[in-house]
Amino acid sequence: MKEKTYVEDIDRSMYDFRNEEKDAYKVKEGLTPAIVEQISKEKNDPAWMQLFRLQSLQIYNSMEIPNWGPPIDELNMDQIVTYVRPNTKMSAKWSEVPDDIKDTFERLGIPQAERKSLAGVGAQYDSELVYHNVKAEVAAQGVVYTDLESAMHGEYADMIRTHFMKLVKPNDHKFAALHGAVWSGGSFVYVPPGVSVEIPLQSYFRLNAPGAGQFEHTLIIVDEGADLHFIEGCSAPKYNVANLHAGCVELFVGKNARLRYSTIENWSKNMYNLNTKRAIVEEGGVMEWVSGSFGSHTSYLYPMTILKGKDSRMEFTGITFAGKGQNLDTGAKVVHTGENTSSYINTRSISKDGGISTFRSSVTIGKNAKHSKAAVSCQSLMLDDISRSDTIPAMDIRTKDADVGHEAKIGKISDDAVFYLMSRGISEEDARAMIVSGFADNVSKELPLEYAVEMNNLIRLEMKGSIG
Amino acid sequence: MSEPILNIKQLNARVEEKEILHDINLQIHKGETHVLMGPNGAGKSTLGYVLMGNPKYQVTGGSILFKGKDVTEESADKRAKDGMFLSFQEPLEVPGLTVSAFIRNAIQQKKGGYIKLWDFKKELDKNLKFLDMDPSYAERSLNVGFSGGEKKKAEILQLMMLKPNLAILDETDSGLDVDAVRLVSKGVEEYQKDRDGALLIITHSTRILESLHVDYTHVMVNGHIVATGDGSLVDRINEEGYESFVSEAEEVKEP
Repeated sequence: MKEKTYVEDIDRSMYDFRNEEKDAYKVKEGLTPAIVEQISKEKNDPAWMQLFRLQSLQIYNSMEIPNWGPPIDELNMDQIVTYVRPNTKMSAKWSEVPDDIKDTFERLGIPQAERKSLAGVGAQYDSELVYHNVKAEVAAQGVVYTDLESAMHGEYADMIRTHFMKLVKPNDHKFAALHGAVWSGGSFVYVPPGVSVEIPLQSYFRLNAPGAGQFEHTLIIVDEGADLHFIEGCSAPKYNVANLHAGCVELFVGKNARLRYSTIENWSKNMYNLNTKRAIVEEGGVMEWVSGSFGSHTSYLYPMTILKGKDSRMEFTGITFAGKGQNLDTGAKVVHTGENTSSYINTRSISKDGGISTFRSSVTIGKNAKHSKAAVSCQSLMLDDISRSDTIPAMDIRTKDADVGHEAKIGKISDDAVFYLMSRGISEEDARAMIVSGFADNVSKELPLEYAVEMNNLIRLEMKGSIG
Repeated sequence: MSEPILNIKQLNARVEEKEILHDINLQIHKGETHVLMGPNGAGKSTLGYVLMGNPKYQVTGGSILFKGKDVTEESADKRAKDGMFLSFQEPLEVPGLTVSAFIRNAIQQKKGGYIKLWDFKKELDKNLKFLDMDPSYAERSLNVGFSGGEKKKAEILQLMMLKPNLAILDETDSGLDVDAVRLVSKGVEEYQKDRDGALLIITHSTRILESLHVDYTHVMVNGHIVATGDGSLVDRINEEGYESFVSEAEEVKEP
């Protein structure tokens, strides 16, 4: 009798290379007002920001660790280094980026992608951006794409102050407060009214230092009638100490504007990914999320959209792949407050080798959001008997005049389908990979080609193994 | 006579704990058309699966030689690469995998090399047209949302594209309307002409056989081949049904 396929763990070598730490500066482990003040001083914060950080720290200390999700007891904040500045200044030329850091991004394909298919690139290494550049023709349209720190001091200082952590307030949850206290790096994007950015902007986050945290803040404002696609990528080499990512993304979508925010997250499997993402959409605006979660040890990730203006819309397309040792708790939230708003959440989750994948959705329709529509569809695929997949939907509907639907399906790879593909000459391993890639089709068809290929490669790597 | 393309010797097989096939012997030569008939539950589809190498079924005795090579222990993909094909009675649905990507991948695996998209498309379009299928089928997910007839046509499309040496057609004509049967038969004929391909047609109706020349007919009852004859055996079955064969099977069972 033939044995079942044994599907091996991912060969992460393409992400797992690590560089020697050559940081110019890092703060001590742990979290104290002194450390926060030190970061603030190091970053030359305006006075309001320093105050904001210290207030956030107080909130952090007063809040409890969430007790409803995957365990995070092994994450000891006293051991996390909250700020690691790489040994370089930010540059707009790859040639000026130090060789070891440049090599990292070269291996991840970032400069190549920039030349080929991106309107602008930001590259963050540990706590700070080391590279930021936007194509001249995009800049000429008035599009601003820069690091948040310099934006705080320049022409857009007021805009930052009126938007920074207004959507995700520090008291939202403990890790939002932590972010408010120790954030560094990240991007600021402003797209002026009516401007359509034809090709995507991308930020890539790389965490190299062991035992460190990355707390980048992404603030994007797409003004009335404007259009933007922003791509975020993340990775880190694996160390045997816990790393923490508690980023924050705040997206403001203006009247009749459209923003697509795509993420392929592939943190290493010692990462605690406690990330907060939120968008608010004005009248007639459109928010589109495309989200692929492959890495990290533990994730809490539920991008949220507030459909504030009437006729605003959102679509969330996501996939989560939980392998050995991973507990990925992901999902999406939407709050309808405007009239005639609509949302569609369409996700897939895959679990393998004892991985746990939990999908949470939350749909709230306020009493004034008449004629609104919300649909949630979640499909899960378990690749073996030791893995786990859960779906936890929540709905809070305050008007009778709304149309809400939810469907969830959990299944396994059908042996018959594998045999069917094999009967055409396709190997068992490829047959399984083709079925899983097909399952992830909702996301791959929403991604730009290069990223769809990357995602399929990730799936293929995850599925790669030997046949018994 | 030359060596048979398929040579089944004393084949016994079971699924889970249940023995289904008993001492099957069958030889098929290049260009021949064999028909396997029999009442429901006789083990006809099981034979198709066992020949193709479905891991759910275990061979408990005997052997399968394909093109002179013993493939009894080989996996389905290897048999397919060697030139065996099974048209499924109930083709599986694979969401997100397009018909076109699937067939191209299968051909590449078989040939062990890259085939140009342009050449592939040209041939795929030609065959889609031949089967009166809309070109848009190429970009649809494999069998997803296909009607029964469309699924069967998609099987024949794969047959025409993959060009095997032996095609096993499991109830390919069941559930089809007259026009679809005609198209499917046309596709099968084309395969035979083009390749001098061998055929094992598993069926309980005779509609698909009307336009094909049948060389041999086998009757299977309770996992035994109880009768073998030429094409005229089909006519006898049409008139008498399986009753007389069933009693023959009872005799076989006696030691």
